[in-house]
Amino acid sequence: MNTELRIGVFICHCGINIAGVLDIKGLCEYAKALPNVVTAQANLFTCAETGTSAIKKAVKDNNLNRVVVAACTPRTHEPLFRASCKEAGINPFLFEMVNIREHCSWVHRHNKDAAQAKAGDLIRMAVAKAAFLEPIETFKSKVEPLTLVIGSGIAGMTSALALADQGFEVILIEKEENMGGLLRHLHKIAPANVAASELIEEKIAAIKKNKRIKYFTSAILEEVTGYVGNFSVRFSCGNDSYTCKVGVIIVATGGIPLRPEGLFNYDGKNVITQSELEIKLKKRDIEAKSIVMIQCAGARIPERNYCSRICCMVAIKNCLYLKDIIKDAKIFVLFRDIQAYGVENEALLLKAREAGVRFIRYRPDTPPVVENGKVKIYHPAMGKEIFLPADLVVLSTPIVAHDDAESISRILKVPINGNKFFLEAHAKLSPLDFAFNGIYLCGNARYPATVREATCQALGAASRACITLSHDTIERVGTVASVQEELCSTCFTCIKVCPYNVPYINERGRAEIEPMQCQGCGICVAECPAEAIEFKYISDKQIMAACEALLAS
Amino acid sequence: MSKDVLVIGGGIAGIQACLDLADQGITVYLLERLPSIGGKMAQLDKTFPTNDCSICIMGPKLFEVERHPNTHLLTYSEVEAVDGEAGNFMVKIKKKARYIDEDKCTACGLCAEKCPVIVPDQFNMGLGTRRAIYKYFPQGIPSVYTIDDSVCRVFQGKKCKICAKICEAEAIDYEQKDIVFELNVGAIIVATGFEVFDPSDIKSYGYGTIADVITALEFERLLNASGPTRGHLERPSSLNIKAEIKQTEKKIKKAKARLKSLEKKNQGSTDEARKTLAALDERLSGLKAKEAALGDVKDIAFVQCVGSRDLRYNAHCCSYGCMHSVKEAIVSTEHGSEIRSTIFFTDMRAYGKEFHEYFLRGGAEYGIQFVRGRVAEINQDDHGRPVIWCEDMDARKVKKLPFDLIVLATACVPSKGIEKLANIMGFDSDQSGFVKTDPNKPTTTSAKGIFVCGCANGPMDIPSSVSMASAAASMAAQTVKGLG
Ligand SMILES: Cc1cc2nc3c(=O)[nH]c(=O)nc-3n(C[C@H](O)[C@H](O)[C@H](O)COP(=O)(O)OP(=O)(O)OC[C@H]3O[C@@H](n4cnc5c(N)ncnc54)[C@H](O)[C@@H]3O)c2cc1C
Ligand SMILES: Cc1cc2nc3c(=O)[nH]c(=O)nc-3n(C[C@H](O)[C@H](O)[C@H](O)COP(=O)(O)OP(=O)(O)OC[C@H]3O[C@@H](n4cnc5c(N)ncnc54)[C@H](O)[C@@H]3O)c2cc1C
Ligand code: SF4
Ligand code: SF4
Ligand code: SF4
Ligand code: SF4
Ligand code: SF4
Repeated sequence: MNTELRIGVFICHCGINIAGVLDIKGLCEYAKALPNVVTAQANLFTCAETGTSAIKKAVKDNNLNRVVVAACTPRTHEPLFRASCKEAGINPFLFEMVNIREHCSWVHRHNKDAAQAKAGDLIRMAVAKAAFLEPIETFKSKVEPLTLVIGSGIAGMTSALALADQGFEVILIEKEENMGGLLRHLHKIAPANVAASELIEEKIAAIKKNKRIKYFTSAILEEVTGYVGNFSVRFSCGNDSYTCKVGVIIVATGGIPLRPEGLFNYDGKNVITQSELEIKLKKRDIEAKSIVMIQCAGARIPERNYCSRICCMVAIKNCLYLKDIIKDAKIFVLFRDIQAYGVENEALLLKAREAGVRFIRYRPDTPPVVENGKVKIYHPAMGKEIFLPADLVVLSTPIVAHDDAESISRILKVPINGNKFFLEAHAKLSPLDFAFNGIYLCGNARYPATVREATCQALGAASRACITLSHDTIERVGTVASVQEELCSTCFTCIKVCPYNVPYINERGRAEIEPMQCQGCGICVAECPAEAIEFKYISDKQIMAACEALLAS
Repeated sequence: MSKDVLVIGGGIAGIQACLDLADQGITVYLLERLPSIGGKMAQLDKTFPTNDCSICIMGPKLFEVERHPNTHLLTYSEVEAVDGEAGNFMVKIKKKARYIDEDKCTACGLCAEKCPVIVPDQFNMGLGTRRAIYKYFPQGIPSVYTIDDSVCRVFQGKKCKICAKICEAEAIDYEQKDIVFELNVGAIIVATGFEVFDPSDIKSYGYGTIADVITALEFERLLNASGPTRGHLERPSSLNIKAEIKQTEKKIKKAKARLKSLEKKNQGSTDEARKTLAALDERLSGLKAKEAALGDVKDIAFVQCVGSRDLRYNAHCCSYGCMHSVKEAIVSTEHGSEIRSTIFFTDMRAYGKEFHEYFLRGGAEYGIQFVRGRVAEINQDDHGRPVIWCEDMDARKVKKLPFDLIVLATACVPSKGIEKLANIMGFDSDQSGFVKTDPNKPTTTSAKGIFVCGCANGPMDIPSSVSMASAAASMAAQTVKGLG
């Protein structure tokens, strides 16, 4: 390798985002004068094609061996510039990025001089650190072309079948005795107007017939170790224990409707839930003539401050089915906001209105009161309290997470949110991925969804999984922790602190970290009392160089 | 037979479908009729429910589409005809002439600096201007310029060709012609998105006649740091006055020069010229006073369900309108400490993951006022300020409230040209004109081998569009792998 350091610095205008506050020309001049810097250039948009080609050209023209980009956030743009380095023929980790937009021009837009000085400092530090960068290689590992699907509701079954149809083998585990999930207990599904049983029977039959799918019911997930492409899974069915190797995992564990104990005089007889109503509708076992439905029963309240997305649609649908059975039924729906989003739900709402269902809004500060045979409600349009006759009160309760969601999240080492729904990698652009590579998410386990939406997500999760499965090997970059064995005193600190249970004691009695498994969080590096663990790409040497550069100003 | 896939529409849905397939090793063609991919998401300022900057999270995806070895970008292109069947479609495509050699243009932008033709900028919803030679938006992909032949002087039979003289890359080619070619693919994904409903259809809302009544998408551009006002929250009426001031100043300069030359030549009377100048001066001070009187934007109103949930226009709900108004109201507070927002709504449809929490924060932390009630009418007070008439359902009172700026949460309507595609490709549409799907197979259209995702299927937000895009990719992959 060329031992002479040749650093190129690329400073971005980001249109006016940066150049509107900072003097880019001045920064270029400043950077040019720093040690080892061979060239410093400005770009209007470094991330645009023009910007990255400029980097590649400069690398070639100046024979650069280190690249520093001063632009926006590495969170979104680092991969791009690394790729440009790679295309230009230098190791993508001989690259350093500083954020002079979020950290300078945006936050200090009212203090241009200070922003300019700070940008200069940051660039000087990056250049100093760049001198100590080392090339980092990528690791390769084989992909087991097998998928574990957890949960056999409509989502899990759809994912399993989609993967099998593309030629991949699937292991489907269900904790209940029967497959089918929530749909097993439902009457008919809107807006398709098909029997729920029909929907799942068809899928269950397809799964039983499919040679690529092995399914296990009454199965309890016990342990998952490993990493994308190479997970080891242990689960049990009754007294039998199974282990298998899979490449990817799909979480489709669903949720359950809240049992509204203590709410609105719930008794399971005259005051029931929508789920209980569905069972009655299935049996056509309803005599009530005056029915009142109460929306948001246990939802959108401080203990459970979310909207469960589907229960308004469920109520509207069931009003229509009730009207089918009992033509002269008087039905009132007491709601806070009706969530009939999109084309089909809004059409369903209109249909219910046309069928004579009455919708009355209530405010959270004046909730309905269920009394014997009637419901008291403050009517906001009339401006007074009224009484509605009610032979039957139906509570629309939200979907809540399963009791074991937390334990599943621990076994899989994936996060859940405050309401214990599983938490995706990015709310908008990665709704079906976890941040932990190789594990995907769909259906009610993610958030309440209609059958249509859950099916969509299930197919989507299958597509995400196929990306890994369609490669024989996967690559993992080496920005990970590694133990310098000669310094390790086998104190077990790293083993205790690693949130992903990665470090272990090897046959030589020293700690070892499997690079494919390490998530690069750096906790063990900071905790190791012997300073035996080094983090590639953020080594002590590099950090010290940057700090010294800062102090040397 | 072909194992390749065509994705029509380069919004976030089409992009996600394209990348999923490409990452699985399938060759994908991504076709977009505009000069760049990106769709509506590229035009948004921030995105709910986490307020990330839209183009900042989307930019890397745009770039990935261009860089990926398995993708082929066909921008500024349209589908003319489709023959064949699942596994073996023949698609006739017209690639419109950009009059620029895509391989040579470096997007340096020098041409546009010198181009004399200035027209409203579509990307900025007409709130800013661009030249006849332009880049659709700065981060656009492919990163090349395009000559708009409907306005470029050369194509109007006039003299110019300035850009060709400027361009060092010799990228400009006025002789370039549209190209028509055929593509053989095994499956097609329709991701043609949606259009924003034109609220000038609703006369009582005054859109198009009252300058400070704007659409939500226009407002997104006004909030955006790279938008027409560089992110300064300005109302269109004051932008209009500013433009007039500029024009008047130009005229004054001219009038002064004329007066000077008349005085120099010392021929005839200068009275006429002096009069013109005085009139112009007076006009200018009038305009300046008017501008000063307007002051900063302080009170903003958001009107929900504009053209939605209304049997006269569209029966359906736009699905994202409640949330984008909450978002825009939250983001507005970053543009001025005195900005207050009021949202006039029917139902607050905050039904997605973390949406209800976001809506509550909007009220509790950002002081957004929520008024339940559908706006009946928007007119103007004596000072020209827009005024909302609405029944506040909670107060049970008809209210009449003036605002500085009124933002309309417009309906989501099917994309223009979707009927043509439906005819060409043989898929059915639903009651609202969106692409219809099998009730039990959410991305499957009535035409075999053709799938749909995103707002082409109906109103939906970004997370739903992205999930559905992956689903459509899964179905298309099954089709071309010939197994499903
Ligand atoms: C009353 C009611 C009416 C509804 N009506 C409609 C309607 O008309 N139209 C519509 O579109 N939608 C309707 N829905 C919504 C519909 O039920 C959901 O969309 C659908 O069930 C979601 O499927 P899922 O596979 O994600 O979850 P689920 O159906 O909940 O399936 C999850 C499965 O995972 C299993 N599981 C959980 N934890 C584990 C574990 N640790 N290990 C192994 N397995 C596990 C569960 O036992 C279950 O079998 C209704 C919902 C309710 C409550
Ligand atoms: C004002 C506003 C604010 C919003 N804010 C948010 C938000 O904060 N968060 C959120 O989640 N969602 C938000 N949304 C919704 C979001 O914009 C959509 O969910 C998303 O853009 C849908 O993406 P799409 O790819 O389906 O459609 P589009 O973005 O419309 O993309 C479709 C693409 O297809 C192209 N096309 C159309 N027809 C053809 C054809 N015949 N041939 C070739 N190409 C064609 C179009 O030019 C376009 O590029 C907002 C919407 C609006 C109107
Ligand atoms: S969907 Fe309707 S009933 Fe369910 S929580 Fe949301 S608003 Fe309440
Ligand atoms: S860096 Fe983090 S993930 Fe890697 S071994 Fe150390 S503690 Fe575990
Ligand atoms: S056409 Fe020429 S002048 Fe215009 S942007 Fe492209 S390279 Fe620059
Ligand atoms: S030739 Fe057309 S595009 Fe080029 S500068 Fe003249 S008007 Fe503009
Ligand atoms: S999302 Fe909100 S604004 Fe849009 S139509 Fe539905 S209720 Fe109205």
